[in-house]
Amino acid sequence: MPILNYLWIIPALPLLGSAINGLFGAKWPNKIINTVAVGSTGLSFLAALEAVREFTHLAPENIPWVQQYFTWIIAGDFRAGFDLQVDQLTVVMLLVVTGVGWLIHIYSTGYMAHEGGYYRFFSYLNLFMFFMLILVLAANYVLLFVGWEGVGLSSYLLIGFYFLRKSASDAGKKAFIVNRIGDFGFMLGMFLLYKSFGTLDFVPLFAKATPLPADVMGHLGMFTIACLLLFTGACGKSAQLPLYVWLPDAMEGPTPVSALIHAATMVTAGVYVVARSHILFTHAPTAMFVVAIVGCATAFFAATIGLVQTDIKRVLAYSTVSQLGYMFLACGVAAFSAGIFHLMTHAFFKALLFLASGSVIHAMGGEQDMLKMGGLSKKIRWTYLTMLTATLAIAGFPPLAGFFSKDSILLNAYQSDRGGRILYAFGLLTALLTSFYMFRLIFLTFFGKPRYDEHKVHVHESPKSMLVPLVILAVLSIIGGWIAAPAFWGAPDYFAKFLEPVFAQGGAGNAEAAEATAHALETPLAIVAVVTALLGFAIAFWLYLRRPGKPEQLAKSMRGAYTLLLNKYYVDEIYAALIVKPLLWLSTNVLWQTVDVRGIDGTVNGIAEGMTGVGDGVRHTQSGNTRSYAVWVVIGAIVIIAIIFWPYMRPTAVGVVR
Amino acid sequence: MVPTHYYLTLSAILFGLGVVAFIFKRNIITIFMSIELMLNAVNLAFVAFSRALNKLDGQVFVLFVIVVAAAEAAVGLGIIIMIVRNRQTLNVERVDLLKL
Amino acid sequence: MNAPLVVFFVLAAMCIIGAISLILQRHPIHSALSLIVVMVALAGLYLLMGAEFVAAVQIIVYGGAIMVLFVFVIMLLNAGLEERTNVSRLAGIGGIPLAIALTGFLAAAVARSQDTVQAAAQTGAVAPTKALSRLLFQDFVYPFELTSFLILVAIMGALVLAQRENR
Repeated sequence: MPILNYLWIIPALPLLGSAINGLFGAKWPNKIINTVAVGSTGLSFLAALEAVREFTHLAPENIPWVQQYFTWIIAGDFRAGFDLQVDQLTVVMLLVVTGVGWLIHIYSTGYMAHEGGYYRFFSYLNLFMFFMLILVLAANYVLLFVGWEGVGLSSYLLIGFYFLRKSASDAGKKAFIVNRIGDFGFMLGMFLLYKSFGTLDFVPLFAKATPLPADVMGHLGMFTIACLLLFTGACGKSAQLPLYVWLPDAMEGPTPVSALIHAATMVTAGVYVVARSHILFTHAPTAMFVVAIVGCATAFFAATIGLVQTDIKRVLAYSTVSQLGYMFLACGVAAFSAGIFHLMTHAFFKALLFLASGSVIHAMGGEQDMLKMGGLSKKIRWTYLTMLTATLAIAGFPPLAGFFSKDSILLNAYQSDRGGRILYAFGLLTALLTSFYMFRLIFLTFFGKPRYDEHKVHVHESPKSMLVPLVILAVLSIIGGWIAAPAFWGAPDYFAKFLEPVFAQGGAGNAEAAEATAHALETPLAIVAVVTALLGFAIAFWLYLRRPGKPEQLAKSMRGAYTLLLNKYYVDEIYAALIVKPLLWLSTNVLWQTVDVRGIDGTVNGIAEGMTGVGDGVRHTQSGNTRSYAVWVVIGAIVIIAIIFWPYMRPTAVGVVR
Repeated sequence: MVPTHYYLTLSAILFGLGVVAFIFKRNIITIFMSIELMLNAVNLAFVAFSRALNKLDGQVFVLFVIVVAAAEAAVGLGIIIMIVRNRQTLNVERVDLLKL
Repeated sequence: MNAPLVVFFVLAAMCIIGAISLILQRHPIHSALSLIVVMVALAGLYLLMGAEFVAAVQIIVYGGAIMVLFVFVIMLLNAGLEERTNVSRLAGIGGIPLAIALTGFLAAAVARSQDTVQAAAQTGAVAPTKALSRLLFQDFVYPFELTSFLILVAIMGALVLAQRENR
C-alpha cells in the first residue's frame, strides 16, 4: 500500500497509542503499556521509512508531494486544510523525529520502569510524537501551528510530569508561557503573510513570493516584518535570546523528555520553520542578519553560562541552547542545508548525551550534581564509552558527525558578507568553550577520585533497554556526518545535494564562484576547528585532571565573573523584576481589584442594588394614605392635560388657527 | 354679549378650586362635595361650548353628566356610611388600613 | 358694560365665593350650603346662556336631590367639625403648587385660544327644549336608555350598602 497516499498514518499511529494508553493504561502492567507505546512509535518509524523509500522513486515534478485530506477551515476566501506534504526537508525531519523518538521510547521503558504514572508518561510522549509529526508533515502554516502548539502542550505536560513538586510544575508553566510569547509573534507573522499572499499553503505561497523583489537591507518591508515575527516564534520554541529561559528549567522533567523534546525534536522546530520559510527569509536580508546575530550571540552566551554549572543536565541544557544558536547562525547566513545538517547530527549526539546522563543519574541513584560524582569510568563502562563518543562529536573532532556539521556552519559564516569574520570569530570561540565544558563534564563525572560515599550509593550499570539505544545513537554520532564528508576530497556533499531542490530557489546557493573559494578555505578552517577542539580538551584536562584544585582557585580569584556566570547572568531575576512583577501588580490591582471587583461586580451588583433602591423608593407611593393618593390622581390628571394641551400652548403653534 | 372665554375661565377657576378642596379637606363628605364642584365646572364648560358652536350636543351631554353624578352620589354616600360604620371616623386620614 | 356682562360678573362672583367658602368652612354642613349657593349661581349662568332646560334640571336634580342627599347624610352621620390631622406630607407640600399648575394650564389654554372661540351670535334655538328632547330621544336614545339602567344599578347598590348588619 503506497504510504505516500496515506501519509496520515504516520502521525495517527502515535496518536492511537497515546489514546489507548491514556484512556485504558491506568490499570495495565508496564509490559502492555510498553508494547502499545513503543509499538506505535516503531510502526510509525517503519511507515516513515517506507514513505521515504517511495519518495526516492518519485519524479521530480511531483515534489513537493502534497496530499490534501480534508478541509479544516473555510472562512471567506481563506482555506486551511489538513494537508500533508513530503519533500526532501520533510524526509530528513521525518527520519530524525521517528528514529530518535523510537530509540528514546525504548530507553524510557528502562528508565521510567519504577516511576509512578508510567502509563501517563507514555501517553504524553506519544501525544508529543503525534504533534511533532503533524508539525513536520504540515503543508501549510496553520496545520504547522497546530503541531507547534501541540508540542508546546506536550512539553508542558511532560516537564511537569512530577507535578507534585512545585519546581516541576513551575517549570512547566514557565515553558508554556514563554513559548506563548513567541507564539504570539508567530501568529502575527502568519496574519501578515495571509494578508500579503492570500494563502498560507506552502507551495502556492512560496511560488507567489519567489518572483517578488527582496526587501532592501535596513528597510522594514513586508518580508522583513513577517520573517522577524516568525523568528520570534522560533526564538520561543527553540530557546534563543531572549526567550531561552525556559529550557534550563525544563530539566525538571524526566531525562528521556529532555532528550526527546528539548534536544532532538521540539526545540528544532524553530530551525525547521526558518528553513521551511527560507524563500521568505532570503527576500529579507535584514531578518537574516538578525537571525544570524541572535543565533551567534545565543551560542556564545549560553556556552559561557554552561562553563560553571554543576548540575549535569543543566550543562547539557545550556549546551543545547548554544548548539541551536549555531543552527540559526547557519540559517542566518543562508546556509540552510548546513543548519539542517547540524540539526540532524545534533539530534544524534545531544539525545545520546542526555540519555547517557540519565544512565549516570540512574546509576548514582538520582544524584545530578557533578561535584558529587567522579571515578565512574570503570564502573559504568558502556555509559562512559557512549558519552565519550557523544562528547567527541559535539566538540567537533573528526571523523565524528559534529565535526562536519559545525565545520560547514563556520565555513559559511566566514564567507558571509555581513560581518562574516566577526560571526566566525564568535562561532569559533563558542566551539572552544563547547569543547571545554563538555570535557569538563566528562572529567568531573567519570574521572578522579569518587567524591561520593561509596557505601551509600551502589553504582550499577543500566539495563539493556537503556544501553542499546545509547549504542545505536553512538554509532549514528560517528557515521552520521559521513554523508557530507566527500566534500573534503572534491566529491559533492551528498546531504546538501539531497536538500538542493528545496533550498536552490531564492538564491540560497552562492553559485560556482563561492564554491571555489569554499574549497580553498575549507581545509585551513577545518584544521583551525580541530585545533580549537583540542585546545578546549587540553584546558579541561589540565584544570580537572592535572590540577584539580585550580578551578576553585580560579573561581575565587575571578569571583565576580564566576558568580555572574553561576547565576546565569541573573536573567531570570531581571525578567522577574522587570516583567513578571509589574504584570502581577497590574493583574492584581488593576484587572482584579478595579476592573473585576469594582467594575464588573460593581456593575452587576450595582444594578441589583439599584433595583432594590428604586423599589425601596417607589414603595412610598403606596402609603395607604388616601390624601396622598388623591394628590397622585391630580398629578396624573395634570400630566394628561399637559400632553393634550401642549400643542396649543406653544407661542407659535403651527396648525392652530390664531 | 358675554364672550365665551369668560365662561371658560370661570370654569377653569372653579375646577381648580375643586382640586384644592379635594386635596386639602379631610372630611370624606367634603371631598365628595368637591368632586361635585369639579363636575359642575365641567358642565359649565360644556354649555359654554354648546352656545359657541350653536349645537345642542353639549347640553345633552350635560344632562348625562348630571344623571351620572346623581347615581354616583347615591352609591358613594352609601359607601361613606359603611366606612363610618366600620371605622367610626369621618377623617379620611384615619382610613389607612393599607398602610404598611 | 352691558347688562348681561354685569349679571355674569355677579353670578361668577357668587360661584367663586361659594367655592372658596366650601374650602374654608370647617363644618361639612357649611360646605354643603356653600355648594348649594354655587349650584344656584351656575343655574343662573345657564339661564344667561339660554340653556333653560339645563338650568331647570340643575336646580331640580343637583340642588333639590343631590345636595339634599348630602345634607341628610351629614345629619345622619353626625359629622362634626373637621379634625386637623396632617398625616400626608405629600398633600401638604405638593397640594398648592399642583392646584396652581392645573388651573394655570387650563387658564392659559383658554387665554391662548380666545380668538378661536367666538361669541355666538344668537342663543340660537327657538324652543330649545323641544330641540333638545328631539336630540335626546333620536340621536342619543341609546345612551339615554343606558342611563336608566345605570340609575337602577345605583339604587340597588345604595340599598345594599345602607342595610343594617343583621347577622
